[in-house]
Amino acid sequence: MLRLIIALLSGSFFGAGLFISGMTDTAKVQGWLDVFGNWDPTLAFVMGGAMIPIGLAWALSRRHVTALTGQPLPPPPSREIDTKLILGSVLFGIGWGLVGLCPGPAIASLTYGGPGLYIFVAAMLGGMLMAPAARRQLDRAVPAE
Amino acid sequence: MPMDWIWGLIGGLLIGTGGAIYLLGNGRIMGASGIIGGLIDGSGRSTAGERLIFLAGVVLLPVLLMPFYGVVDTHITDNWPVLAIAGMLVGTGTRLANGCTSGHGVCGMSRLSVRGFVATGCYILAGGIGVLVFRHLLGVI
Repeated sequence: MLRLIIALLSGSFFGAGLFISGMTDTAKVQGWLDVFGNWDPTLAFVMGGAMIPIGLAWALSRRHVTALTGQPLPPPPSREIDTKLILGSVLFGIGWGLVGLCPGPAIASLTYGGPGLYIFVAAMLGGMLMAPAARRQLDRAVPAE
Repeated sequence: MPMDWIWGLIGGLLIGTGGAIYLLGNGRIMGASGIIGGLIDGSGRSTAGERLIFLAGVVLLPVLLMPFYGVVDTHITDNWPVLAIAGMLVGTGTRLANGCTSGHGVCGMSRLSVRGFVATGCYILAGGIGVLVFRHLLGVI
């Protein structure tokens, strides 16, 4: 039960932050990426601001073995830079630039994004469904060393 | 414009607080694509409840805050082919890379994860080139 309450609280902060920061406004996100147009630095403030509490949480987490609910804390980050990471991030970036939405804001604006957003979210969920097959194909084409 | 930055910073602090709660409370990295994707491809079946209720919070809070803002225009394109292609790219790409702006960007870089920095560099660069090509060269968006 506590786990669910924590998840609701966390999702609520995330949703409120995405809304208040203006990150569900596709023009602001595309404005950040549009270095050769009317550049909008807001996204840098959002990411910078977000990294402060998380950075503190990472520092705190080092003194503990488990999280509050007794769940294990995440292992140290993998250092493996592979084709999936690079190709996936490039594909994501192109889609992000085309419409100005990444997965968080797409969900946060579900109630006010209009019909265009439904198309985007449906396609995003379809893409997520296809990803495991794409991952297998890539693993076959570029075997891990 | 300066007000936008301040709201961006405040919103960012809230986003980060959400991530801190998820990490210290449930021991999990708050990544939107991972939370959604695990529900879609079945890999997160054992934690489905936690994922769904997290997403419920993400959807609910803008609804509660909306009355203080009046009408919010997301300026989303009405070009359906572009929406469909972009959605597919975002869905497949974030799951291949195992993270998006929240997971690799905010959570990854704040723990100095090499993968977080590489992913973030790649998607910002690709997004920037995408906007340059599709907006300024081709005029599609």
